[in-house]
Amino acid sequence: MPGKQLHGKVALITGGAGGVGRATALLFASEGAAVAIVDLNLKAGQQVAREISRAGGRAIFERADVTRPADCRRAVERTVREFGNIHILFNNAGIIRRASVVEISELDWDAVMAVNVKSIFLMCREVIPIMVRAEGGSIINTASGWGLAAGPRAVAYCASKGAVVLMTKAMAIDHGRQNIRVNCICPGDTDTAMLRSEARQLGEAEDRFLADSARRPLGRVGQPEEIAHAALYLASDAASFVTGAALVVDGGGLAGSG
Amino acid sequence: MRLEHKVALITGGTSGIGEATAVLFAKEGAKVTITGRNENRGHAVAERITNDGGKAIFIRSDVRRAEECRRAVDETLRVFSRLDILFNNAGVFHPHTILDCTEEEWDLQMDINLKGTFLMSKAALPHMIERRRGVIINNSSGWGIAGGDAAVAYCASKGGVVLLTKAMAIDHGPQGIRVNALCPGDVDTPMLPEDARLRGLKWQDYLAGCTNRPLGRIGTTDEIAKAALFLASDDSSFMTGAALVVDGGGLAD
Repeated sequence: MPGKQLHGKVALITGGAGGVGRATALLFASEGAAVAIVDLNLKAGQQVAREISRAGGRAIFERADVTRPADCRRAVERTVREFGNIHILFNNAGIIRRASVVEISELDWDAVMAVNVKSIFLMCREVIPIMVRAEGGSIINTASGWGLAAGPRAVAYCASKGAVVLMTKAMAIDHGRQNIRVNCICPGDTDTAMLRSEARQLGEAEDRFLADSARRPLGRVGQPEEIAHAALYLASDAASFVTGAALVVDGGGLAGSG
Repeated sequence: MRLEHKVALITGGTSGIGEATAVLFAKEGAKVTITGRNENRGHAVAERITNDGGKAIFIRSDVRRAEECRRAVDETLRVFSRLDILFNNAGVFHPHTILDCTEEEWDLQMDINLKGTFLMSKAALPHMIERRRGVIINNSSGWGIAGGDAAVAYCASKGGVVLLTKAMAIDHGPQGIRVNALCPGDVDTPMLPEDARLRGLKWQDYLAGCTNRPLGRIGTTDEIAKAALFLASDDSSFMTGAALVVDGGGLAD
């Protein structure tokens, strides 16, 4: 359907098996895109692809660890083999470790940096040449509200997301003339498995943690679909003059100082 | 259609970004009130929308005057029965450093760009609060985030708009109202050639400066209108207090 916002486009989504990635895969497919779902989680990833196919959309799942160069290359190659091109890359895979600089192990620091930042480097390195040949593309990186302002006991996560915001701007500068737009989304607390895992990591009761997360001007946490719609805007031609931007989608959490 | 059954009021709707947004919102199903100071242009935009099968009215209103802001809102409520979206878009620009900016030019830019946003929001909010829903979009600028040369009053007014936006988002989020700012880079509007003329620059030289950004071009009014549509629609339902930069990468460096 030509009326759909991503008609004829191919999108690759990392971390597409759950949460924001899954919601975005479903939304992009319903807007006409062929979607490659890339994730470590085989079962859940296949399930999302099946869900899209059953609804009449086009999707494949490729199991990959986005911290490994060979896995990234394989995921990109398979996507191009199946769908012929990549117009949209959503670097969404991410993890969090709730710990201060004193508490966190070097292993955990490295893991957070590898999944949240280096994966973007590895994926973009593969995909940008394809977008250059196609004379354009849209890259969307999942940063975080904590890529703009920091939070307690999340030192590796904040550092990684700050890196994502500036890496986004740097790539926007380098590839704008090739008609490749690069933007990031800075979600506030969103109702995903990752948010719930933070309560466990901090040793807090989940309901109390979620109630605290809802303390922002809109008085609630976000839904994965709401972040997916922000990704859709950035992926679509409606955002044709938007690049190097950090789109804050956080129910007003960052509007004030506290 | 993404704004079906919605009513939008757009200030400065008689040309440029305001006009493009009025046309787009109407195409997406909204009933649109256009306000501005130029009656001929305002009626022409409303007529264009009506001829295309949309619903639009023009109300002559100066955003510097509280009673005219109130009248624009009241008249919109009388004709369309509700107000869902307020786009504070009216703005003026005079290129001056602080040394050559007259007090009159300072007041004009602060009054239209910043106080106009305050007065219109003040007029529209009681109705939105009563219905516990509404969207306000304030047109700021890339120069509301970073400074520019010889634009002291404009930068002050647009920086004010960004923080006014965040402050209103905090106050009225709990009442179900979202408030966001738009920060366009250089866009193909009448404001651009006027700025070149006032700066005594040849249009081609001026334009070359404007296109010096990652995407290598200036924006179109339609591209800003589409950003306003995103902020006006339920697609941005978890966004408030944000400043959406639409500038071809101009602020990335």
